[in-house]
Amino acid sequence: MSKMSTKPVSKGGQLLSSILHHQLIIPIAALLLLTVFNLIADPSFFRITLGTNSAGHPVLSGYLITIIDYGSELAILAIGMTLVTAASGGQDISVGAGIAISGSVLLRVLCGTESRPETLQAPIIVAFLVCVVVAMIFGAFNGALVAYFKIQPMVATLILFTAGRSIAAWINNNELPIVSDETFSFFGGYIPGIPIPTPFFIALICFVITWAVLKFTTLGLYVQSVGINEKTSRLNGLNPEMIKFITYVLLGLCVAVCGLIKVSRLSTINYSVIAKDIEMDAILAVALGGNALSGGKFNMGASILGAYVIQFLTTTLYKFDVQSDALSAYKAVVVILLVVLSAPVVREKLSSLLKLATSRLRSAKSPT
Amino acid sequence: MSTWKKVLGVVLTAAVCSVGFVGCGNAKNDSGLIKVGIINNDPNESGYRTANVNDLKNTFTEENGFDAQFSYSLKNDEQISFAQKFIQDEVDYLLLSAADTAGWDSVLQDAKNAGVKVILFDRTIDASPDLYEASVVSDMNKEGETAVEWLKNQNLDKYEIIHLQGVMGTAAQKGRSGSLTDTASQLGWDIVSQQTAEWNAEKAQQIVQSAIDAGKSFNVIYAENDDMAKGAVAALDKANISHGVGKDVIVMGFDCNRWALEELKAGNWNYDGQCNPFQSSYIVNIIEKLENGETLADKTIVMDEKGFDAATITDEDVSNYGI
Amino acid sequence: MQENSVLELRGIYKSFPGVKALQNVDFTLRRGEIHALMGENGAGKSTLIKVLTGVYPKDGGTIHVKDKGSVVFHSPQEAQNAGISTVYQEISLCPNLSVAENMYIGRGEKQLLSWKKMNADAGKVLESLGINVKPTQQLASCSIAVQQMVAIARAVDMDCSVLILDEPTSSLDESEVAKLFKLMRQLKERGVGIIFVTHFLDQVYEVCDRITVLRDSKLVGEYSIQELPRVQLVSKMLGKELDDMADIKNSAPESKNNKDEIVYEAANLCSSEGIRPFDFHIRSGEVNGFTGLLGSGRSESVRAIFGADKVTSGEVKVKGRSVKIRKPLDAMKNGIAYLPEDRKRDGIVGDLSVKDNIILALQVKNGFFKPFSKKKAIEFAEKYIEMLDVKTASVNTPIKSLSGGNQQKVILGRWLLTEPDYLILDEPTRGIDVGTKVDIQKLVLKLASEGMSVTFISSETDEMLRTCSRLIVMRDGKQVGELTGEQLTQTTVMNTIAGGSAK
Repeated sequence: MSKMSTKPVSKGGQLLSSILHHQLIIPIAALLLLTVFNLIADPSFFRITLGTNSAGHPVLSGYLITIIDYGSELAILAIGMTLVTAASGGQDISVGAGIAISGSVLLRVLCGTESRPETLQAPIIVAFLVCVVVAMIFGAFNGALVAYFKIQPMVATLILFTAGRSIAAWINNNELPIVSDETFSFFGGYIPGIPIPTPFFIALICFVITWAVLKFTTLGLYVQSVGINEKTSRLNGLNPEMIKFITYVLLGLCVAVCGLIKVSRLSTINYSVIAKDIEMDAILAVALGGNALSGGKFNMGASILGAYVIQFLTTTLYKFDVQSDALSAYKAVVVILLVVLSAPVVREKLSSLLKLATSRLRSAKSPT
Repeated sequence: MSTWKKVLGVVLTAAVCSVGFVGCGNAKNDSGLIKVGIINNDPNESGYRTANVNDLKNTFTEENGFDAQFSYSLKNDEQISFAQKFIQDEVDYLLLSAADTAGWDSVLQDAKNAGVKVILFDRTIDASPDLYEASVVSDMNKEGETAVEWLKNQNLDKYEIIHLQGVMGTAAQKGRSGSLTDTASQLGWDIVSQQTAEWNAEKAQQIVQSAIDAGKSFNVIYAENDDMAKGAVAALDKANISHGVGKDVIVMGFDCNRWALEELKAGNWNYDGQCNPFQSSYIVNIIEKLENGETLADKTIVMDEKGFDAATITDEDVSNYGI
Repeated sequence: MQENSVLELRGIYKSFPGVKALQNVDFTLRRGEIHALMGENGAGKSTLIKVLTGVYPKDGGTIHVKDKGSVVFHSPQEAQNAGISTVYQEISLCPNLSVAENMYIGRGEKQLLSWKKMNADAGKVLESLGINVKPTQQLASCSIAVQQMVAIARAVDMDCSVLILDEPTSSLDESEVAKLFKLMRQLKERGVGIIFVTHFLDQVYEVCDRITVLRDSKLVGEYSIQELPRVQLVSKMLGKELDDMADIKNSAPESKNNKDEIVYEAANLCSSEGIRPFDFHIRSGEVNGFTGLLGSGRSESVRAIFGADKVTSGEVKVKGRSVKIRKPLDAMKNGIAYLPEDRKRDGIVGDLSVKDNIILALQVKNGFFKPFSKKKAIEFAEKYIEMLDVKTASVNTPIKSLSGGNQQKVILGRWLLTEPDYLILDEPTRGIDVGTKVDIQKLVLKLASEGMSVTFISSETDEMLRTCSRLIVMRDGKQVGELTGEQLTQTTVMNTIAGGSAK
């Protein structure tokens, strides 16, 4: 009895079907599709130029730079959203409101009681830490509702989704604080002398940390195991409630980082529109990464790639002057395609079609 | 904070008038106060709304001779039930900024039957004018016309405009877009990009970024509110495109946020159109006339709204008109 | 096609990536017979059923159905329309609908039927089959056995000529099985051909007329029940002459003696799951067992030991030391391992790989900040895959795509990897093939001889008698007896369970 009874069928076919079943195939295919489309429509899409900004510092510009700039905050959110989705089989729809809250807290600490101080009232790092704590507390609130009170994630996070922006406005007494300190704008813009947008570096740091956490702790195994089978996980010594709870707190951390980038971009905040509808993009990124929205196994890299692909799509649509209120309609088309493509039936059909094609090719080559 | 100082100024003025008329007026209820029910939209909706709500709150106070109740909702049906409650409470005046234009006939008829006088502010409704005493409104078309007139007077060699629109279909968007689109087609101005950024600074930034990345040439940013103008300017700064007085790109905004007027004062922006949230003095004026038994010359009172030019704006303007 | 056959499969081929699941398999079902389909896990039984009912397309071969000629089914629905109905091990009805609704749901012809008429019709069918349930009762409130019978009644009412029962008895107790068999015999008299897939040899010999045996995705042969004694059947399934199963215990090295150290001891232990407080102990190298009818509290007792349910009272000592076991992790840290009764619900993490399933418990025990390296994990996995002879394409195959017996071996491997002092096995042999059953029994005795304490629970008394040196008998959530030595006979156990003399 062989322990691994892999009977070779056809190496080529197997390779193809394993590629077709790999999770990364969806975001990579979408990325290729968009790239090819832009190459045909207007190759200048890929042009990157080095110029200077109004402060006289060198900056790179071009559509690709815009994508890594704006895609980064989405990618950071996608990290947290992937964990939450995997562990609890649901999504946090309050991340947009959470960004409003954390941005508001950040500005409140930076500006103190004045809404428009000449100098910063607290160091940025202190403000950011306060903002992280607050965002994690709100994450913990969501997490407690989901994990301990067993409320459906969408329903539980609906509370903050509804109330979050009012809370954000209340934190600053409805005023609009503006930070005049230039260093604050580095986080959403450029660090002098470095021509690549800072959000991309922040995202890179987040990716490295995430990679390290997944590599040097067992978080990934625990989260997946809880998401797939809670009962089994409990019997193997895990505390499923705790793990779900932790994922929401970690999402809170991601929200705080996003909040920093968002308010830094404009040095101010608009409570009702900041990060509007970002939750949908973050969820879409997770889905585009081929992760099941019903929880279980996840692939973090695929989610991150998914986030950049979405920004790629958004930027492409802007480039072709698609009305921005019609963007969501285009994204809906993507969602439909995704759902259809990720259905096992369709994948099975596709892989058998491919197999057929390769075997035809092969038989055509070797005359019998 | 001088915003509040300015509001206080308005309040004091209002106080003087109201004290004047309360003294000689035929105040109906025991305390001698005029009962007012105020129905408004959610104060968090925008900076404009916040200023509007604060203006009303600071005017309709007991010191000024009013017994005022406030209620806020962005939903028409909730607003209607507030109105019914106020009618039951036998208020003297019902002040209304309706969330939606339709559906008000029957409740306003009830008000009329109960002898409650209705004054609309900020927004009009689709109902017979018999049902209300007056409406105090902004003329969005006029705001647009003023701005476009200003732009015309700049006598630029060429007009290449990026037009950032508000949420499509709103009164402000329609009014502010209308005259620009008309004038552009008449005078052959080139609108290089026309997109809705939905009042959102970030979206505006992305749209302008996209226009810059595409290498489009433009010399005017016409943003239908200050937030979007701010987003556009962020994108310009990133690409080192100069903007403001005597620079490459003219920046235009609306709403007269205080920070926006300061940008104007600093010469970073060129124009900002006012959308006046300070309706309470107009309303108090109407109430005063009605209490004195006078009739109103016009049912619709259009508020004065200014357009500020960076070249002529003063510090007083910033503190008086900034919201 | 033969005169009296209702279904003929000839030369069926089916392969999946990396696996040939069926190779040239023939199968014939005659009118009015109960035909057992036997084979080890992974022999191709399920695949054959799925090919027959249109779940999988076949790669080669023909299917003939009486009066319909050669057919190709693309879906179970098409098979059903041709008179071939299937009742699966897991009930695939809607638990929140009534019995009658479940019988008529999704059947076009009765769409406009009135509720009253539907209930009346359902009542008639159920009565004719001797199924004692009200048509209006909600399905979820019926026992598993009744649910299964409702599923059968639904199939019968759709004029099926072929009824496939895929492991229908694995979650039933004896009286329920008897009822099911009565129903099957009734259907047989009506001329229905029944394909019966099961692991229980007793049951095969009780109801079946004919046996078809598969092994390693090939047909071994078709036999009438009279010409194939049990031992031969087993050896045909395994493809080798089986050492007499009854001799396992004798052949295994005897565990030393009862003076060994007490590994685990509980006094007054009780959980929230409806058992009475009980005392229990086990020595090193001892194999004991909890026995009793389904629902007697045998599983609940061991779950209380492991802290799987909420523990409400009790003093626990591990190796003489007082410890608190409130949750599974406490038990694991004290060297206790528990293989749960319901493999699918409590045992496997379906989408995770065999490797991750094997390392899970040890990883959790090891701690959050000490993940095993990939290399180490593969090493662990391969060790137990080899030791337990798990049949899997690779260590990265999702466990859910393994057959039941192999899944069970993986779970067993998971717990052995934690090197427990005390291993609790709750129904480890349920729903798995005879070969694996023997393997597991042998393994238990081997582990015990190496000093591990094992508590073994099984619905099959003879299995318990073969492995355990002490049996704790449960009835209605209470310990009613403890049997050792000479008392360990089928009769005594039955009497004790039934409340006889042994008390």
